[in-house]
Amino acid sequence: MRPSVQDMIAQSKGKKNKQMIEKIIPIILFLIASVSVLTSIGIVMTLIVETVTFFTRVPFLDFIFGTTWLPFSNKEAQFGILPLIVGTLKVTLIAVIVAVPIGISAAIYLSEYASENIRRVVKPILEVLAGVPTIVYGFFALTFVTPVLQAMFPEIKIFNAISPGIVVGIMIIPMIASLSEDAMSSVPKSIREGALAMGSTKFEVAWKITVPAALSGIIASVVLAVSRAIGETMIVSLAAGSTPRFDGDFTGSIQTMTAYIVQVSKGDAGYGTTIYYSIYAVGFTLFVFTMAMNILAGYVSKRFREEY
Amino acid sequence: MTTIITKKPIIETVSNQPSKKAVYETKQLNLWYGSNHALKNIDLEIMENEVTAIIGPSGCGKSTYIKTLNRMVELVTSVKTSGEILYRGRNIFDQDYGVEELRTRVGMVFQKPNPFPKSIYDNVAYGPRIHGIKNKKILDEIVEKSLRGAAIWDEVKDRLNENAYSISGGQQQRICIARALAIEPDVILMDEPTSALDPISTLKVEELVQELKKDYSIIIVTHNMQQAARISDKTAFFLNGEVVEFDHTDTIFSNPSDKRTEDYISGRFG
Repeated sequence: MRPSVQDMIAQSKGKKNKQMIEKIIPIILFLIASVSVLTSIGIVMTLIVETVTFFTRVPFLDFIFGTTWLPFSNKEAQFGILPLIVGTLKVTLIAVIVAVPIGISAAIYLSEYASENIRRVVKPILEVLAGVPTIVYGFFALTFVTPVLQAMFPEIKIFNAISPGIVVGIMIIPMIASLSEDAMSSVPKSIREGALAMGSTKFEVAWKITVPAALSGIIASVVLAVSRAIGETMIVSLAAGSTPRFDGDFTGSIQTMTAYIVQVSKGDAGYGTTIYYSIYAVGFTLFVFTMAMNILAGYVSKRFREEY
Repeated sequence: MTTIITKKPIIETVSNQPSKKAVYETKQLNLWYGSNHALKNIDLEIMENEVTAIIGPSGCGKSTYIKTLNRMVELVTSVKTSGEILYRGRNIFDQDYGVEELRTRVGMVFQKPNPFPKSIYDNVAYGPRIHGIKNKKILDEIVEKSLRGAAIWDEVKDRLNENAYSISGGQQQRICIARALAIEPDVILMDEPTSALDPISTLKVEELVQELKKDYSIIIVTHNMQQAARISDKTAFFLNGEVVEFDHTDTIFSNPSDKRTEDYISGRFG
């Protein structure tokens, strides 16, 4: 006769192994998880160290308040970052103007009007847009959008802020639409029914009930998308030009923070030159911007949360 | 075992005979969810300023029926209907009968409290606002009157700007009633309005229903037979999508004419 199951369990050696594994696994998982955290810390440290070196050569105030960005001048190089910030903001502004109305409209359509079948087909397609490599978007801006714009408005130059702005906008539409749709779909059906039973039309329900109820998620999606637009590099490098300027002109060549970093990185600025350090300072500024947006997104989604 | 049910004063049942008009006349109503025949040849006449209770076991079609009265049932795709429901003499299934128009005249209170995630004030003002009332003074007046009508004014008058989800479930349900009252509807449909509430909140809602029937016609679905007996003038007993019996509540609970009604109300099934 075989021993009882309880006896076999008591005799089995598996018990000891299990205890070992239970002790080791968390340690291994912790180490693996640490890699990404340490990498982030490493990147930020590098940025800070090189940025500090930069500020030993260029006064901090000249950098953040200077309105002339002239790094390659042999006689008098100037490192006032405002023109690059203005360039970035121009592109971001246009992207937001394009993406917010379209993204939110698409989200309202998908969550309030589209049938289950349509949503099942359209949402993945929309998300495919988010997977298009940005270099493709860049070419799209330069070789398609810009010529079309030029045909309509001849004063627009080959490099300008409008075309990349529009295309960056197209790039972030899926992000806004998809995240906003998630936020709107999670508004309970019972609340919509309550509104419909009052004699509301579908649009009134969407506009006065669902959108306000999902507002925190919608705003957070917009903020995240803006952060993505600020950091966008390839599209602006290809289509926005490389002329840092501190003015309100959208039709001519501009330069964004990211495009400047690309320009220097692919050029032959020697190690240890001020130009070399300047890309870290610009990178750090960019980092501050996107980080601020991400923190803002977190704050907004808490602050505007409507409890239900 | 039917005698445990509280009897209502005789006067009420007597007084409701002559001059009352029908709000809803349901004629040979059939309804299918896909191939599931959920309502079968329903004939019911619902009178104004009365409380009509609809009772029956789960899945008997009572909720489906009440949702058909304001056509909320159409939110379920694949619903088909035949027959007619006359609301104040007009068939609600008519092509040119706007569903928004119908729902503006017929308010609804749901099983679970479903206030909007807005302030208490905005919840109650929602209906008047979407129907075009913008004047702040008039809105204030409507909000107060509706909250008083729903017997919750004293509890919330100092916190009208707080989110409606910050108050208790029973209070939320009365906010939902106030929200329905705010557009001064003709009929109020209540779909098991107390099933998610504690006994004390339930009692408050029941008292409220008694109060409201002076001005409104009320149709209430309930799985709680004592509740039907306590608050309704007429009761319809639904079973498997059919109306087994429809009569004065007293008659249904003391002297039902159908064996199945008697079995159900005496607790033999359901």
